[in-house]
Amino acid sequence: MSEAPLLRTALHAEHVALGAKLVPFAGWEMPIQYPAGILAEHRATRAAAGLFDLSHMGELRFRGGDALAALDRLVSSDIAGLAVGRARYGLLANERGTIVDDVIVYRLAADDLLMVVNASNVAKDRAHLASRLPAAVPLADESLATALVAVQGPRAAGIVAGIAEDGMAAILAALPTFGVVRARVAGIEVIAARTGYTGEDGFELFVAAAAGAPPLWRALLAAGAPAGLVPVGLGARDTLRLEARLALYGNDIDETTTPLEAGLGWTCKLDKDFCGRDAIAREKERGPARRLVGLVVEGGIARHGHAVVDGGVEVGRVTSGTYGPTVGANIALAYVPAARATIGTALAVRIRERDVPARVVRTPWYRRTV
Amino acid sequence: MSTVPEELRYSKEHEWVRVDGDVAVVGITHFAQEQLGDVVYAELPEKGATVRQHASMGVVESVKAASDVYAPVSGEVLERNLKVIERPELVNQDPYGDGWMVRVRLADRGELQPLLSPAAYREHIGLNAGAGGD
Repeated sequence: MSEAPLLRTALHAEHVALGAKLVPFAGWEMPIQYPAGILAEHRATRAAAGLFDLSHMGELRFRGGDALAALDRLVSSDIAGLAVGRARYGLLANERGTIVDDVIVYRLAADDLLMVVNASNVAKDRAHLASRLPAAVPLADESLATALVAVQGPRAAGIVAGIAEDGMAAILAALPTFGVVRARVAGIEVIAARTGYTGEDGFELFVAAAAGAPPLWRALLAAGAPAGLVPVGLGARDTLRLEARLALYGNDIDETTTPLEAGLGWTCKLDKDFCGRDAIAREKERGPARRLVGLVVEGGIARHGHAVVDGGVEVGRVTSGTYGPTVGANIALAYVPAARATIGTALAVRIRERDVPARVVRTPWYRRTV
Repeated sequence: MSTVPEELRYSKEHEWVRVDGDVAVVGITHFAQEQLGDVVYAELPEKGATVRQHASMGVVESVKAASDVYAPVSGEVLERNLKVIERPELVNQDPYGDGWMVRVRLADRGELQPLLSPAAYREHIGLNAGAGGD
């Protein structure tokens, strides 16, 4: 789309040295896989730990004023009730009640909030928020100065806690899901959050891009390798998140979809006022016309844009699809009419002009057991 | 580094052919499987089907994308490799061996003539090193 040169993360040289295959993604040159390959990276994350460079993600910072109350009116979930040291997933919606972005808001201090947004949406979100925020709440875009390194998997917390300093090991190990705390890891100041996008336990570490990210990355690789940690690219990140039924903005949700259609109604606190609330409440009364459902496809891999058919007639579209390495099946998300969204409904996906049988199944396909 | 065995012929679309009398065994090259990444699904023509040189005869899908497999020769399919359909990763693990795809009865031996020699295929994929460069 854009002819602008691709941005490189602070970890670009690390990826090249590791032999990564780099591809353009949301304006950044990002590793899609390392030599081990997507399946091996996926399995290592489920079995041990994966190390991800997510520095392309956007970080918007809101300090001072009455940032908490202001963001509560712009994010669908309960931000006003967010305790210091806690984070919450939510949506930015427009007045029509469709999805501008999905975000996580971290309350770092009483009047210091960090919002992580999708890389492809940074400029759009900034405009959306700036035009609706009170003047007393300044928005700072810290995306370029901030790197984000994620460690995900059953051994992730042990690896991160193992190189934490200043007595933070126990605090990190005990940090609850969606908890966030400042820490020193391998001598580097980080904001450590117990969040992720893989369906696994783990940490996301926000760090100063140029000064902090390379030594942090190398320390995590060195400390984690004996436990089975491997670097993981965006390819496996996609299969991991899809098995866990985590929506991908631009694929599964966008400004033509609503929270209720996407199965994200649980993120919308309708007894408060927020941008898009009225439209979402009206949709809830009448019920969404279509729903994002999980499919298992028998004989072929459904891909974004493939038609979902019922009796030869197109009734919907696939938004994401892959082979699920842990599930061991071809899985997909698709919008279908609400009447066809019941678990067990037999449908088909049109793959290469052939209608391949598919069944609506319960999601997530993968749920971690510990 | 991609391997290009000396005893095979190659198509520009990255299939290999092993000829034995009037029968050809067909698969995709080491270079092709490297480019695809992990193969997780394969569709191959059934026994008795007729394939045409340079026309799509099947599909391999990696985690990220689907790619056509083009028939490097024309003829009747004598056998397809069911092991590859059950275990598509064989295409990555052993592209010239257990990852073979179909056995075809050659319709026209003349079609072998324009296929690439190992040296020409190495050049085609940008490999300069190796024996017998032309």
